[in-house]
Amino acid sequence: MNTRRVFLKNSALAIFGVGAIPSWLSRSVYAGDVHTKRRKKILIAIFQRGAVDGLNMVVPFGEPRYYQLRPSIAIPRPDGTPASAVDLDGFFGLHPSLASLKPMFDARHLAIVDAVGSPDPTRSHFDAQDYMESGTPGLKATGDGWMNRALLKPVGPASPLRAVSLGSGLSRTLRGPNDAIAVNNLNDFQVKDQKSAATFESMYDHSHDTVLHGTGKETFSAVKIMQSIQKQRYTPANGAKYPGGKFGQNLQQIARLIKADVGIEVAFAEIGGWDTHVNEANQLANNLTEFGQSLAALYQDLGDRMEDVTVVTMSEFGRTVRENGDRGTDHGHANVMFVMGGDIRGGKVYGDWPGLADDEQLYEGRDLNLTTDFRDVLGELVSRHMGNRNLKAVFPGYNNPKFRGLLPVA
Amino acid sequence: MKKRALVAALVFALPLASSPKSDKRFQKKLGKDDQILHALDRLTFGPRPGDVERVKKIGLKKWIGQQLHPEQIKENVALELQLLPLESLRMTPMETVQRYPPPQLIKAIADGKQPLPEDPVLRATVERLVARYKARKGEVPAGNGAELEPVHPLDEVLEPWELQTLRAGTPDKKRELLETMPPDKLEEMLVAMPRPQRQKLFDSAPTDVRRKILLLNAPQQVVAFDLLESKLLRAIESNRQLAEELDDFWFNHFNVFYEKGSDRFLIPEYERDAIRPNVLGKFRDLLEATAKSPAMLFYLDNFQSVRADVDANNKNRKVKRGLNENYGRELMELHTLGVNGGYTQQDVTEVARCFTGWTILEPRKGGGFFYNDKLHDKGEKVVLGHVIPAGGGMDDGEKVLDILATHPSTAHFISKELAQRFVADDPPNSLVEQMAQTFLATGGDIREVMKTMLDSKEFWSQGAYRAKLKTPFEMVASSVRALGADVTDAWALANQVGTLGEPLYRKQEPTGYSNLNSEWVNSAALLNRMNFGLQLAKNGVAGVKVDTRRFGNNPDAVAKTLMFRSASSQTRSAINKALKDQKQRTPGLVAGLVIGSPDFQRR
Repeated sequence: MNTRRVFLKNSALAIFGVGAIPSWLSRSVYAGDVHTKRRKKILIAIFQRGAVDGLNMVVPFGEPRYYQLRPSIAIPRPDGTPASAVDLDGFFGLHPSLASLKPMFDARHLAIVDAVGSPDPTRSHFDAQDYMESGTPGLKATGDGWMNRALLKPVGPASPLRAVSLGSGLSRTLRGPNDAIAVNNLNDFQVKDQKSAATFESMYDHSHDTVLHGTGKETFSAVKIMQSIQKQRYTPANGAKYPGGKFGQNLQQIARLIKADVGIEVAFAEIGGWDTHVNEANQLANNLTEFGQSLAALYQDLGDRMEDVTVVTMSEFGRTVRENGDRGTDHGHANVMFVMGGDIRGGKVYGDWPGLADDEQLYEGRDLNLTTDFRDVLGELVSRHMGNRNLKAVFPGYNNPKFRGLLPVA
Repeated sequence: MKKRALVAALVFALPLASSPKSDKRFQKKLGKDDQILHALDRLTFGPRPGDVERVKKIGLKKWIGQQLHPEQIKENVALELQLLPLESLRMTPMETVQRYPPPQLIKAIADGKQPLPEDPVLRATVERLVARYKARKGEVPAGNGAELEPVHPLDEVLEPWELQTLRAGTPDKKRELLETMPPDKLEEMLVAMPRPQRQKLFDSAPTDVRRKILLLNAPQQVVAFDLLESKLLRAIESNRQLAEELDDFWFNHFNVFYEKGSDRFLIPEYERDAIRPNVLGKFRDLLEATAKSPAMLFYLDNFQSVRADVDANNKNRKVKRGLNENYGRELMELHTLGVNGGYTQQDVTEVARCFTGWTILEPRKGGGFFYNDKLHDKGEKVVLGHVIPAGGGMDDGEKVLDILATHPSTAHFISKELAQRFVADDPPNSLVEQMAQTFLATGGDIREVMKTMLDSKEFWSQGAYRAKLKTPFEMVASSVRALGADVTDAWALANQVGTLGEPLYRKQEPTGYSNLNSEWVNSAALLNRMNFGLQLAKNGVAGVKVDTRRFGNNPDAVAKTLMFRSASSQTRSAINKALKDQKQRTPGLVAGLVIGSPDFQRR
């Protein structure tokens, strides 16, 4: 673990100087959780908003009817040409635009779960996203998100940056009783007039405004930590190249926060544009390229740190097995999730494939059937990666998640 | 920790039914003076200096009556003059495509598939863009194409002092020079400038020069800028404030996304002809106007939805066209019934079948709504239990609109959304029910529904008072209005709205932005609001001038000038402390601090 110690010395300690390490920081740097003697694990959730076409993301090329039902948009069987699927296990293949992820699959750091999703039948983007983010399908009254509830009770003072939502709004996934902040751009996360920062802090700190007070307080504790990060220029390690779009930039910012050792435990990022009702092929290919290259860059950039990091991707529902009249697909049911990390048992497509052979095998005669509940996947990560065993509190009403064995039993 | 839990509960719990406790708040009546401020907070983009007195003089009731009839209010002439140069607002989509050619059209012209436009100025622009396109494709070496070379180099067009001013002058001096330059010379100069240098003039350019810069650099952007500019200018300066609030509400309700293909040139017509005339009209008219608008047909893909068997026997079509459910679903979920309004997947499919053939004539060239009977599904449909007999045509879709517009779920859904926007995040059921009753009794008359709301005790209650957080759009517009600032250009303000989290015309999802406070409460957005306040009050936003002399250093006096009420003691003491610590005071600092304060974020 030599590399790790060297890294710590260069980042966090250098930021604060000797003797100025906040108490919560020293914990996150040195010990993780003192009681379990585990280093702090980090979970990154990625939401593909708009319902990605999972059947073209991970192609069931071993399923002949896939080609019958998608005459113009099916991805060809793997034949080594650039437009064909990238073979994973003789039955499933990656969309060619995700080729950047194949090395991670081969290194067993990337696992795929297929025919997975929310058991709720809704085909409304809004509701389905809401259910997946709250972690309570079918229940609208849940006010907070699963990832906020997944945070362990801090042993000492908690880092104001333990839960970070990338983007201009705080994602539903991260809302809740634990402090969580939204960050659009690390460098802009400040009051630009230094002198006024303290004035605003005092206003919001003492405010009786029930809505703004809490957020204001979180904001200013985070601003102070962020100042130290902002002073340092960031260069991705190991030659990692993030794509130019917002998503890649957000993953880079997450990497920056992780490497600064400021106590981040969970992070959330999203990428849109998957609602491919019309002319799916090009749009999906472009989006998947950005998606795959961003994940690959994060993996490369984090290097050894991936040991403590797990990334999980999800999308509200899948899309119809049949292509529609516009060379696109409509709203469907089950989908696919990616799980990437150093402690993941990767290199495998998990799940029970329900088949596409006839309409009987399909959900309501049109969509991929669901054989894994998304909470089985998230629950396993929360429990075995983050070490939070109280899944009843994280996914209320879902009492017996069936783990797929993505992680070894700790 | 207790407090945190309370905060969380308030922010995140969206009560399904109002609790008795919150109902009590909605029973407590507001005092007289608070009523006027409350009305201005809710029915306008924030009070301007003198507004409270003006309403007092007219009488609150009468003033509300006027706002409910915007057609009877004389519009601000200064605003009309400012909107005049924004020509794309008044064009048909077809004119817009031709006047501000999108990249596809440039490509088509370059490939010889389309002729060059006849208008000489436009022709020059297009020629240059075609040359640039060819240069990029490698057909013509960059810089060597005749069209890329200006007739005269810049130092022949401009005098040395003029060059010096443009290079190193203050923004005011630059603007003055650009404003006084003869049109011919101005055009010659812009043509002679390299693209980046042209772009640099943007901040100090008056409206018509800015539009010329855009026209040369990226013509389609003119349309986006005209839209943004007009949205902000109207919110800030219109006398028909309630109509502008409702334009924002209904556009958001029937959201379309600027970045989706043809919507880049369809949205001006959409907002002008489908939304704006109907904001206080009949809901059924508004619904049909959106259903038939090319902008919505394109955004939710209905223009491509055709009967499933249309190509069944056509051997020439390898790819068979068919039904697309996108519009059918969002029409019920988001536009009318609401997600729990009682429809099924079967209804979605049936509704989609009813709307087959509702399409756009030449969708890439700016054509209008067009019903194509050959693409229509003639079979029988059953929508929410209503049988729509076989053999129908365009009226199948119209029947669906009838069913949806008069449905009790729609009455309830629309009433609740209005109440959430204008009253509180958790409006009492009693109020929503009352509004829904009016909706049903008047055949969906939006003005009457608004009246019911504005006559209710709930609207004038403590529960409603200052219960809403300003949206970023409201925050930006209300700051400018409160400061009594002079706005010459509003595009920089529109950019600020985006930075605060609400990029206008750019909400990708059909849901639009949420009406609830929680959409806007987060750390990044809060910091941006503080930064915006400081920047605006020290005259750091392009196109906006604040007379900082109006504001002294007494925080309470400044707060009263900007918010027409006292600042909270916390805000006041924080500013007082800052003033004590700071010897050098930037003009406008106190005003900026007030605008960034928690107090100012509420309405």
